[in-house]
Amino acid sequence: MKELVSSKTIVDIVHEVTGEVLSTMLSLETTPGEVYTEMQHGKSDGVVSFVGLAGSQCVGTGSLQCTSAVACSLAGRFLMSEFPHVDDEVLDAFGELTNMVVGNFKTALEGHVGQVGLSIPTVVHGKNFSTRSPGNAEWTVIPFLWGDDKLYIRVCLKAKNSDAAPVPLRKPYTAEQIRNTFSELVQDAAKTQERISWNS
Amino acid sequence: MPFDLLIVDDSTAIRKILQRVLHTAEIPLRNVYEAGDGIEALAVLRANEVSLVLSDINMPNMDGLQLLTQIRANEAWKKVPVIMITTEGSQVKVLEAAQLGANGYVRKPFTPEQIKTTLAGLA
Repeated sequence: MKELVSSKTIVDIVHEVTGEVLSTMLSLETTPGEVYTEMQHGKSDGVVSFVGLAGSQCVGTGSLQCTSAVACSLAGRFLMSEFPHVDDEVLDAFGELTNMVVGNFKTALEGHVGQVGLSIPTVVHGKNFSTRSPGNAEWTVIPFLWGDDKLYIRVCLKAKNSDAAPVPLRKPYTAEQIRNTFSELVQDAAKTQERISWNS
Repeated sequence: MPFDLLIVDDSTAIRKILQRVLHTAEIPLRNVYEAGDGIEALAVLRANEVSLVLSDINMPNMDGLQLLTQIRANEAWKKVPVIMITTEGSQVKVLEAAQLGANGYVRKPFTPEQIKTTLAGLA
């Protein structure tokens, strides 16, 4: 499937928007860590959040993940309060941080892929949990570091399949509809044959 | 003259932050009400004389643009200033909010000064 937006562009956008959110809302200056990709994230502890992205050209997910202690620290900076353990306020603050990071990522992404919709964040807290995406989704993982703490931003973005299934003929149909449908199929088959010839 | 203000956001964290900013701003506030979505906001508007609304856009049940539409369609509230405070920064949404009658737009993340400056022009 074709790449809509380069990995470098995704990483650049995430660096810019995350840096802005963390410095403006949390007065937190961070250092970007080494970026890597993964197919499936292994076992996690702590807090993880997800926001869905859906546009006419792409679909995907933005995710934030950190340990429980870091989530408490981030919420404390956000709300100017102290949180000894993860509670509803910490999860809410983490959800809002996710909303800001992924929301601003989405706005920047729209310059490349057109209008994109955003879901409401989901935040999960637990120990030794796994997360899975259906299919062979590749995630770009972008860490942010400060002191001994780390926040991981994960982005998974896929081009929508442009080879959409043909619209089925609905009964009753006319002879002309049948002719048109077959004509399109023959043309598609010819193009496919051409591609196969070129590739081989 | 002190007036009543309504904050509409599904995040309690953002409502708290805005409360803190408002209390440090030199704005003559009497009551600051909170609502978690557009439906709750309409209930607050029906029960109180609110003079200014700060609203998020992306919320469950009824979003900020639907709320804005309802406010502008109501004879009693149509002149109440509404400021959108949201991560939704796309030109399409900004234009849509302006066309629906929003009086201002603040993008998250925001600084306290941005909120105070925006409100200073309306209070």
